[in-house]
Amino acid sequence: MPLTPVITEHWDAPDLYTIDGYRRFGGYRALQAALQQDPDAIIGTVKDSGLRGRGGAGFPTGMKWGFVPQNDGKAHYLVVNADESEPGACKDIPIMMANPHALVEGVIITSYAIRASHAFIYIRGEVPNAVRKVANAVRQAREAGLIGSNILGSGFDLEVVVHAGAGAYICGEETALLDSLEGYRGQPRLKPPFPAVAGLYASPTVINNVETIANIPYIIDRGVDWFRQFGTEKSPGFKVFAVSGHVNRPGIYEAPLGITMAELLDCAGGMRDGRPVKFWLPGGSSVPMLTAEHLDLPLTYEDMAAAGTMLGTGTPMLFDDTVSVVKAVTRWLEFYKHESCGKCTPCREGTYWITGMLERFEHGTGEPEMLETITSACLQIGGRSFCALGDAAATPYPAAMKFFRDEFIAATSTPVDETFDPVASYVFAGAAAR
Amino acid sequence: MAISEATRGELAELAARYPRPRSAVLPMLHLVQSVEGEVTTDGIHACAEILGITPAEVTAVSTFYTMYKRKPVGTHHIGVCINTMCGLLGGDAVYAALQERLGAGHDQPTADGMFWLERIECQAACTHAPVMTVDWEFMDDVTPASAIDVIDRLERGEVVQSTRGPAIRSFAATERSLAFPDDGLADEGSSVDDKMLAGLRVARERGQAAPAIPSGQEG
Amino acid sequence: MTITSNTGAEVAKAETIAVTVDGVGIEVPKGTLAIRAAELLGIEIPRFCDHPLLDPVAACRACLIEVEGMPKPQPACAQVLSDGMQIRTQQSSPVAREAQEGVMEFLLLNHPLDCPVCDKGGECPLQNQAMQVGRPTSRFEEDKRTFPKPISVSAQILLDRERCVSCARCTRFAEQIAGDPMLELLERGAKQQVGTATDEPFDSYFSGNTVQICPVGALTSAAYRFRSRPFDLVSVPTTCEHCASGCSLRTDSRRGTITRRLAWEDPAVNEDWNCDKGRFAFTYMAQGRITTPMVREDGALRPASWPEAIAIAARGLAQAGSGAGVLAGGRLTMEDAYGYARFARAVLGTDDIDFRARQSSDEEAQFLAARIAGTPATVTYEALERAPIVLLVSLEPEDESPIIFLRLRKASRRRPATVVAISPVRTRGMDKMAATWLPAAPGAEAGVLDEIMSGGSLAETSMAELRDRLQAPGAVILVGERAADVPGLLSAVARLADATGAGLAWVPRRAGERGALDAGALAGLLPGGRPLTDADARDAVARAWGIDAGSLPTAAGRHGTPLLQAASRGEVAALLVGGIEFADFPDPSLARAAVTATAFVVSLEQRHTEVTELADVVLPVAVVAEKAGTFLTWEGRPRPFGQVLREDLAMSDAGVLSMIAAELGQPSPGDVPALRRELGSLGPWSGARATTPGVPAQAITARAGITLASWRLLLDSGAMQEGEPHLAATARPTVARLSEATASHAGLAPAALVTVSGPRGSVTLPWEPAEMVDDVVWLPLRSPGCGVFADLGQVVGGEVAITPGGAA
Repeated sequence: MPLTPVITEHWDAPDLYTIDGYRRFGGYRALQAALQQDPDAIIGTVKDSGLRGRGGAGFPTGMKWGFVPQNDGKAHYLVVNADESEPGACKDIPIMMANPHALVEGVIITSYAIRASHAFIYIRGEVPNAVRKVANAVRQAREAGLIGSNILGSGFDLEVVVHAGAGAYICGEETALLDSLEGYRGQPRLKPPFPAVAGLYASPTVINNVETIANIPYIIDRGVDWFRQFGTEKSPGFKVFAVSGHVNRPGIYEAPLGITMAELLDCAGGMRDGRPVKFWLPGGSSVPMLTAEHLDLPLTYEDMAAAGTMLGTGTPMLFDDTVSVVKAVTRWLEFYKHESCGKCTPCREGTYWITGMLERFEHGTGEPEMLETITSACLQIGGRSFCALGDAAATPYPAAMKFFRDEFIAATSTPVDETFDPVASYVFAGAAAR
Repeated sequence: MAISEATRGELAELAARYPRPRSAVLPMLHLVQSVEGEVTTDGIHACAEILGITPAEVTAVSTFYTMYKRKPVGTHHIGVCINTMCGLLGGDAVYAALQERLGAGHDQPTADGMFWLERIECQAACTHAPVMTVDWEFMDDVTPASAIDVIDRLERGEVVQSTRGPAIRSFAATERSLAFPDDGLADEGSSVDDKMLAGLRVARERGQAAPAIPSGQEG
Repeated sequence: MTITSNTGAEVAKAETIAVTVDGVGIEVPKGTLAIRAAELLGIEIPRFCDHPLLDPVAACRACLIEVEGMPKPQPACAQVLSDGMQIRTQQSSPVAREAQEGVMEFLLLNHPLDCPVCDKGGECPLQNQAMQVGRPTSRFEEDKRTFPKPISVSAQILLDRERCVSCARCTRFAEQIAGDPMLELLERGAKQQVGTATDEPFDSYFSGNTVQICPVGALTSAAYRFRSRPFDLVSVPTTCEHCASGCSLRTDSRRGTITRRLAWEDPAVNEDWNCDKGRFAFTYMAQGRITTPMVREDGALRPASWPEAIAIAARGLAQAGSGAGVLAGGRLTMEDAYGYARFARAVLGTDDIDFRARQSSDEEAQFLAARIAGTPATVTYEALERAPIVLLVSLEPEDESPIIFLRLRKASRRRPATVVAISPVRTRGMDKMAATWLPAAPGAEAGVLDEIMSGGSLAETSMAELRDRLQAPGAVILVGERAADVPGLLSAVARLADATGAGLAWVPRRAGERGALDAGALAGLLPGGRPLTDADARDAVARAWGIDAGSLPTAAGRHGTPLLQAASRGEVAALLVGGIEFADFPDPSLARAAVTATAFVVSLEQRHTEVTELADVVLPVAVVAEKAGTFLTWEGRPRPFGQVLREDLAMSDAGVLSMIAAELGQPSPGDVPALRRELGSLGPWSGARATTPGVPAQAITARAGITLASWRLLLDSGAMQEGEPHLAATARPTVARLSEATASHAGLAPAALVTVSGPRGSVTLPWEPAEMVDDVVWLPLRSPGCGVFADLGQVVGGEVAITPGGAA
């Protein structure tokens, strides 16, 4: 299956991030067309396209927009979730740095469709370069009359605020993001009410991922039929895949949904030094890992689900046989423990406990009974925590145990660094690898 | 040290940016960090007064988010991603090297107060592992040697270019950019590199592209 | 006393749905939460963060249940039931039980095994629920996360952070119920902890409630820490004696000492809450008590036996007869106040009696006689919660009736702009009730009310709109006792209530005032609101008292300042004095002179005061814990309470008075059942009453100086707060408040001191700018370093001078 650059098509143009550069490649044509249409027609188009949210959950985007009650006399809001912090996910930040106007144009069109008067782009604070690139694009759009009052004479008013976060992965959870944006601790909210009915400032709100919104101008400009040429019936469209790990050419590869990991891996130059794939994840750390036997599965939402995992953010990570699974999993759990917001008992206490036990295994002092204890702790978190962060924390260990139980058992007596020399996993060699 | 009138004015400006002023507390705390070097009690009080909420409510926020520090950070914040991908691909070695070079541990300043070292979480740059940040600007594909070299050059006062973004300025300058992101630096340096172009180049080499619009079906 | 609930609003019949809990069918109102429905069936689902009066958060996950049709277990505290829903709790669902056990295991991981030294042990929901769904052994072998312990979140509340289960009840209470978000969750993840801002302690008037609702021993009070185990305590339901809110309390004692007081649940009055004064201020009862009667001999007091002291008191009072006067004080139970009222008329034959130890007026006495005394409770807490508008006149609820404040805040959260407050100062309490502020300088309030009647405009608020709102069914006017400070104000209040039909309630500050009023401890009033001057009323009362009606006084006697003035001129033959303090009177030196100039003074007191030092006979009386009795709330609702400490042989005021009466050959009831029987036999009065006063609003004369505004802060120098330093340390600082314009006009520097001078003296204290009327200074009436009556010699509404007082 071929690669299909769309959002990335002109990333090699040095001025793509400017409004002039973006326009030269047809940018803001979609906005002009959209403003001629009825907002409901735009929602219909996006529904027909079958676009699914690219933030990880894969929820049909048009359906989400349709949940917003219209003609209710209330202010509506669009919130862009640009808090990309999931380990392994590195597609939204590059999109914002290389092609920020695709996001901005998508924001204006989406806001028009859902009748939002204000759009907020919540970007994680640890990446100021993404924040400045988007802020620059927003200003340029405003200067060009594409943001503000009576945009292009359509009567549509929109204010766009670029908002930097301050370091909390949980703020990527949509309701926690809303609380953070309202000026509170970023802890998730009870649902119902759902954000479409009572979101930001208790008003109807749509929260979408960066890549999802970046799709919108292309769908509006080129049409549903064009879009549905990519992907599958259930997973239409293309995906900005960010391939990382022990591959020869880690980087951004845009391809239709349905391409296989093996095909993407080939594009990325295969594994370094011809080493085998030991384990890989189709998305970030929150999806169950797979092994080499799964490399030929299509990367779609439905195929990944059928294989017992999830497509998630669609940012595959591949690790070769120099890597200790125990160490990898322990490091991910340390992440979840650090990022747990603390609101609910299972995640707050469970990640603390599981991490403590896994660290013993990393140091070769884990007790065999603890393997069962960790398993049961994961079962006590998954499906019982307040939000999906708990579910995510409960994912890596069971998946790893399914394929690499022996490695955990070996770690009851031998520190993993003795079995898997850390230097062998480093991507820099020789003198640089001290 | 009290918050100046000028800073109070800017804090109020931030509060006015949102339909509900309290939404501004995150950028306001970044601004406080940019002038105080950390989140101080004075800064918390200023935010509380301007927003009409209690200092406890501001403290609840400032202690929740990792980027807000409670000791002076100094001139440069140095981050090394130690999450699974970066850490195992060499970030652990980079951190160990910097720890030794700087004589500081995790989330600590150096003795001379110039640097702050921190083990940071995933920077959404996994394709560029291992990743280091200086004042939260990217220093991609770093090695222990190149990381130490960055420190050496910063100490000598040389201009250090970030790998995707502008030249390194300071922690205070970055914190200010987070409060006022249209900082005029969008044109400085390049934010697109080989790894971000990898797929585009392969597609071109192989003559691959997105399909055309089906005839008569423009959007 | 009768209580009628005549709010004028219909209670809508709730729509019900049918649900099944563990196989048992039950009908519940629409919108019921699963956890509440289970409780109706006696099924206790484990919970920590859930509290019926707080919005659900579903954070602790202890209450997970199985809901038919849902793949994952759901939190019962947030699960709104719908018709036909089937839920299964831990009783019938292994999934629910396992989920709950899992959560309990997690809760105990980092929880320290502090039970042996933790206050909560023995009454701890975590202990109890661990027994219910916990595992007998722990699988946890890591290091528990610990914190230095304890830390103070305020002078009276301590926090052991590692015990905390992050249920957030305390922070949610502080924000939602009290409106004081000074207690917050800080940090993140396993390090999450309750805390305050640096240098900003949790000095909320309601902070003690967090100790009570904390489901573990994380929050404890400094006063009670390490004192007792709950199973050592004897608990008695009581009523709070500190204000007229009438909170239900549970007083715990052990071996004759009160160890603590908790808020007791009473949905009609205080719900689950009380204020810190009611909770913590009880140590005064053990301070400096007078243990034996005392008599004056050769100019000095000496101990005497009861028979001797009673005989001397009886002789001296009998000699004075109808020339005697009675100052009962506002702290009495209704039975004791009735004892004074009966003794004055039946035994002494005098009608010179008053219970008001504060600024008062003849207009007030007439207003109370006409509109309040002996009337049924029509405006209740529930009426406040449902009222479309509540107009506050001379009442600052947060300081003067905290439970009214909590109820108004609760109402205002659902309907902002319910509360409208007429006051010289815009207070934080008003903001917390989302109240509209109608500015009025002291003395100008009556004029504002007349403006509302005539429909003008004041400070951008439409008076006509207010008048319309006051005419809506359920509208309420609450007037505080400070209205007596302003000539014409109570008359204007009555006029406005009559014109609009709004419900009217009078809110005194002291717990005993409404009871004393209804018991007839005010000149001109017999029990139940009966006018003394009414012959039929006198007949009925005399019959109940078993005396000849002709022996009762027929003309109304003296009260308030005229009575004190007469006594100070030696015109009162004897004084019978209950618990009063000179400093509470607007002219303390007049009050002192009244006692000094009277030939014979009998003082019934709990401890030595300036009054006992001047008395001829001192008779020790019981504190509230040593007797049973009844207080009436501001609503007029009776709040009976039982005796807590039974070992002491303390006599109530009425008991002592009945001994004197018996000595004079006129037996009268002295025990609570007998007093209640007799008072109850009189019943309500439906005859003619005094006419409502019609004092016109005073025109405001321009002044050269500054007008004094003041009220009593909740925590101040009050005698009944003595002996509790932790509580005292949380009191609001003693500061003067001025508008910026007034302050700059007087040349006051920011963060400096101001000197406020009155006829008799001055006070120097820090000042704060406030949103308030110009040319007014607000001072706390009786706080450490500032006693308005004693130090300045000026009344509220009077003129004072302000000058810079130097650097802070």
